[in-house]
Amino acid sequence: MSSDIAIRCEGLSKRYRIGKTDSYRTLRDVIADAAAAPFRRLRRTVSSNGNGNLADSIEPTANSIWALNDVSFEINRGDVVGIIGRNGAGKSTLLKILSRITKPTRGHADINGRVGSLLEVGTGFHPELTGRENIYLNGAILGMHKAEIDRKFDEIVAFAEVEQFIDTPVKRYSSGMYVRLAFAVAAHMETEILLVDEVLAVGDAQFQKKCFSKMSQIRNQGKTIVLVSHNMAAVRNICNQGLHLQHGHAVLQAEINQVVDAYLAGTEEAAEGPMEVETENFVVNEVLIESSSSPILKTFAPCEIRVRFQPKIDVGDPGVYIGFLTKELHRLAGLDLKDFTSLPPLRAGQSAEIGFSLESLPFLAGSYRVEVHLKDMSRPLIERVPRYYRFDVAETPVYGGRHLDSWFGNVGLTATPIARV
Amino acid sequence: MASILEQSQPVGVSHDAEAAQVFRIEPAKGWTAVGFRELWQYRELLYFLIWRDVKVRYKQTALGAAWAIIQPLFMMIVFSLFFGRLARVPSDGIPYPVFSFCALLPWQLFAHALTESSNSLVGNQNLITKVYFPRLVIPLAAVLGGVIDFLIAFAILLLLMLYYGIVPGWAILTLPAFLLLAIATALGVGLWLSALNVQYRDVRYTINFLVQFWLFATPVAYPSSLIPEKWRVFYGLNPMAGVVEGFRWALLGKSEPPGMMLWVSVAVVVLLLLGGLYYFRRMEQEFADVV
Repeated sequence: MSSDIAIRCEGLSKRYRIGKTDSYRTLRDVIADAAAAPFRRLRRTVSSNGNGNLADSIEPTANSIWALNDVSFEINRGDVVGIIGRNGAGKSTLLKILSRITKPTRGHADINGRVGSLLEVGTGFHPELTGRENIYLNGAILGMHKAEIDRKFDEIVAFAEVEQFIDTPVKRYSSGMYVRLAFAVAAHMETEILLVDEVLAVGDAQFQKKCFSKMSQIRNQGKTIVLVSHNMAAVRNICNQGLHLQHGHAVLQAEINQVVDAYLAGTEEAAEGPMEVETENFVVNEVLIESSSSPILKTFAPCEIRVRFQPKIDVGDPGVYIGFLTKELHRLAGLDLKDFTSLPPLRAGQSAEIGFSLESLPFLAGSYRVEVHLKDMSRPLIERVPRYYRFDVAETPVYGGRHLDSWFGNVGLTATPIARV
Repeated sequence: MASILEQSQPVGVSHDAEAAQVFRIEPAKGWTAVGFRELWQYRELLYFLIWRDVKVRYKQTALGAAWAIIQPLFMMIVFSLFFGRLARVPSDGIPYPVFSFCALLPWQLFAHALTESSNSLVGNQNLITKVYFPRLVIPLAAVLGGVIDFLIAFAILLLLMLYYGIVPGWAILTLPAFLLLAIATALGVGLWLSALNVQYRDVRYTINFLVQFWLFATPVAYPSSLIPEKWRVFYGLNPMAGVVEGFRWALLGKSEPPGMMLWVSVAVVVLLLLGGLYYFRRMEQEFADVV
């Protein structure tokens, strides 16, 4: 293996048993298994002449799933790789295998360098222990040596901004302080390869910024980072390479923007699925966003957004929440009907159309998503409609008609200049 | 590559050595070596886990570490009343309170270590599913965490011996060996039970029962001299019998040295421990998926 390569996976696969098989596995089965084991081994040696995995592949797959299926890739030293995919695509499983928490069912991975993994913020923190004690405990759990922690101690405390509370039990910490301290310990590991699972989404905006700059700093030291995140903007920002996983398969490995675009295009396909969607207690027929004055949506033009749905049950106090998101699924704005008006009760199966009229659509040109929650405040019951509705705002003259790039963000401001010279 | 390493690893020669080798992650292999070398690399984690358990154990209790003394002391008083006074159980010519307290110390160490280690993997599942380290560290820390309590209670035993005017002979030098045997017994059984507990939570419910049963099978409240001579070798199949008699012999001096019985105990412990280590190592490859 060349020394430029930090991680190489070949045919990495992981099967999880699901369903009832586990709970029905009794001690009796185990004893029977143990008795049969020598014979099974014999059979395996016989069959492995042709195909070593024969024993695996002939097993029934009805109650097992392949969380990872034949994933092969290489990661070069110094690369920062974002692993992207929907929930259940196998991202976390991949990180768990690479950090040696669980074994692959097939295939192998070669790791060249010391690995540090941060799959959860604050693993092993004990609430009764003080901040100082937890730094040492957590550091030891993450594989740091005491001398290493001693050396980094002040830096960790400063980074976490908990100097005054360092000898207070962490159960008295605010959740923000707790998370900051936990991230600070992990961020100061001296490893060549860092595996990070969706932990950047913690803390306040200020601290997130700090985390990002810490990650950039780690990257600039020439270390290899493998990162799982749903935050596409952050991934584009930090990573140079991307790996797209889908149903346990590696679909694409390429430059990060290319991979993120492909992934988002994939979710758009999903977003344009059947118009009618069901939740547990509602059927959503249609979500419409349209302009009364023109066939396309324009910034600052009036428009209407309407949700047509029927409850499957009698609803005492119906409510609707509508969220406006970027295509990276960042929430831009939200409207809740109950802040404006209340609705009469709805009977099961009765059709209703609820929505808002906007005097001026504030979004700049681009593709956006609508998220809908339907509620019955009398129970109370809140159900998120399990899909995003897409709408596009056309590129039209705003701010004097120039082309607006990403520096202008997503929201248009109705502004008049103040110029006193 | 060399320059990167120098930059990112300003200290710690050992890191460079670790980094130089490529590590291969492969499917579970069945039986594997115990991996003492890796265990040694993680000795600081072992230390910190023991330290955590000791530190947290008596947090927010009014009496604190006094509990380490109170538990065996009250057991001793109860035993002295019921077995010593009422039932007139013989005690090999040793005052009954010392006789039973001397046995209760290794017994409590063992019982505590067994219970803690059996539940240790399940209790630390948040660690097991989120971080890699040799899993053996967890039951090992659970077993060793009780030694501090033992040492505290041991001071009381010395006072008690002083009160009754018992002066130990040279045999006291063998005491660490018996202590080790008690720890090894607890670890041997604890390894089996902790690994089983990951899959079958039934284990949790059997432990209390097992410990109580084991207490009566061990000469804590009575001397092993009650057992007929010809059966005593078989009595050694319970390693704690060897440990308890060893403690009495080493500290109180009056009982006979535990001869053949002790060697049977040692043999049983070695088997339990080796079996436990290999069974644990085999099962640990699935811990994170099953727990």
